[in-house]
Amino acid sequence: MNTKDIFNFLKPKNELENQGEFAENHPYIPEELWIKCPVCKNVILSSDLMDNHKVCPKCNYHFRIAARQRIEMTVDEGTFVEMDEHMTSTNIIDFPDYTRKLKNAKINSGENESVITGTAKIGGNTTVIAVMNSQFMMGSMGTVTGEKITRAFEYATKHRLPVIIFTVSGGARMQEGILSLMQMAKTSGAVKLHSDAGLLYITVLTDPTTGGVTASFAMEGDIILSEPHALIGFAGPRVIEQTIRQKLPKDFQSAEFLLEKGFVDAVVERKDMKQTLSRLLELHSETIIEEDGETKEGEEK
Amino acid sequence: MSAYDCVTAARANDRPTSIDYITRIFGDSFFELHGDRRFADDKAVVGGIAQLNGKPVTVIGLEKGRNLKERMNRNFGSAHPEGYRKALRLMKQAEKFRRPVICFVDTAGAYCGIGAEERGQGQAIAENLMEMMTLQTPILSIFIGEGGSGGALALAVSDEIWMLENAIYSVISPEGCASILWKDSSKTAEASECLKLTSQDLFKLGVIERIIREPKDVDSKLFDSLKNLIAETLDKKMAIEPDKLVEARYNRFRKY
Ligand SMILES: [Zn+2]
Repeated sequence: MNTKDIFNFLKPKNELENQGEFAENHPYIPEELWIKCPVCKNVILSSDLMDNHKVCPKCNYHFRIAARQRIEMTVDEGTFVEMDEHMTSTNIIDFPDYTRKLKNAKINSGENESVITGTAKIGGNTTVIAVMNSQFMMGSMGTVTGEKITRAFEYATKHRLPVIIFTVSGGARMQEGILSLMQMAKTSGAVKLHSDAGLLYITVLTDPTTGGVTASFAMEGDIILSEPHALIGFAGPRVIEQTIRQKLPKDFQSAEFLLEKGFVDAVVERKDMKQTLSRLLELHSETIIEEDGETKEGEEK
Repeated sequence: MSAYDCVTAARANDRPTSIDYITRIFGDSFFELHGDRRFADDKAVVGGIAQLNGKPVTVIGLEKGRNLKERMNRNFGSAHPEGYRKALRLMKQAEKFRRPVICFVDTAGAYCGIGAEERGQGQAIAENLMEMMTLQTPILSIFIGEGGSGGALALAVSDEIWMLENAIYSVISPEGCASILWKDSSKTAEASECLKLTSQDLFKLGVIERIIREPKDVDSKLFDSLKNLIAETLDKKMAIEPDKLVEARYNRFRKY
């Protein structure tokens, strides 16, 4: 892996929105040689961190990573083919300052939207994959985000492919008003048709997954995985604290908390993610066993 | 009226609530059904079976309560996951018996609290969105007051969405928007304009099919004309093949 390329996507941001809440205390891996882990405060050599899937070797804290890097870590080398890469948002309801924010988000993330979609192979299994990007307006869901995810599902339904989505999002994108809310319904509809066609959908929740994304496609997977310690919820912790006027317990809304409450199937460490996905895809592959014992991929119906 | 005037009117305490609409439109024919069969009966959601011109319908409403005591009892119309699950149970029941569903929407939003998170607020809303999209029976949603974000959408993946003239429907509250945008939650009037949350705005954006005019004093005229309009619309929708209905519903939301 070319370290320079990775760093291109990892510049720390000031414009992170989410609406402000999730940007603090969760640094991306900066360009310095030594990095202080925000959880255990140990100082780690950045190359050690890179070699360890961007997970703190001392305390297992999973640093946030950019979408491109996630794809690189997860899919078989050279198999990712991007879809709709040029689609990009406009200021559809003339919201103050949105045009500037979009421009900054593009510069900061090096991407056109808060999600990257495409096809790839994982352990030899073909799948549609969508990866959200927290560096683009905190992964907020605008109309283009929703459209790309919907198209990814429609493509998967048509070609009888599974879908894997890595979620990270502060929720719906306020700057697109009601039209961002409509993306929750639109994406859920596409998930439903894919599901009704008997196809597999796996979601991988990463830190943080909240709001309108949690209340739509993030929670609609046949199998829901999560990275350790990821914050997952409908309402953000600050909003809840303001509503109930009390402090929340420390691990409230963590991946482990959701596992205990029955909303996540498994918490999977980053180093095991590719293998886990590969195994689950294998278990659901529409493979036909030929008479001579050879196997071939299920044909398009 | 400014957008903020609409926000104020939509939230007014003397505004008719879902129970008022249910009582005035369906009268004694309404039979309330309780509980989600999993955890509890959420009083922020009222639901049951009723008759409209002699034909059975399923009616579901987000209920804020009509006085302080009621409002506290109904959590001010902010539902927990069990409320959305109750609504879905009643919708699936309507599908089974092939009767149409009418939803009255009036909520500041889904409740944000410890129990709501523990019992999967996000999952409950998500499931409604998915299941409503392919429900094999007509769904009509009428926004009578506040339509707060995902908590309103969970009862509004419908064949048609109507709004009372002064009702609102928004992805975020004007206060929330103002505090993010200007770090000042008092700039609600400006935020209300920006969010395009009035019935006029939403009609222009193609998010709703119909605006219901509000008479100065809400009298029986409103309920009578609404009743006729609902009956007429549902008759038309019931005449459509379920597959075609679902296809049209998918396309309705696909266009955004
Ligand atoms: Zn650490």
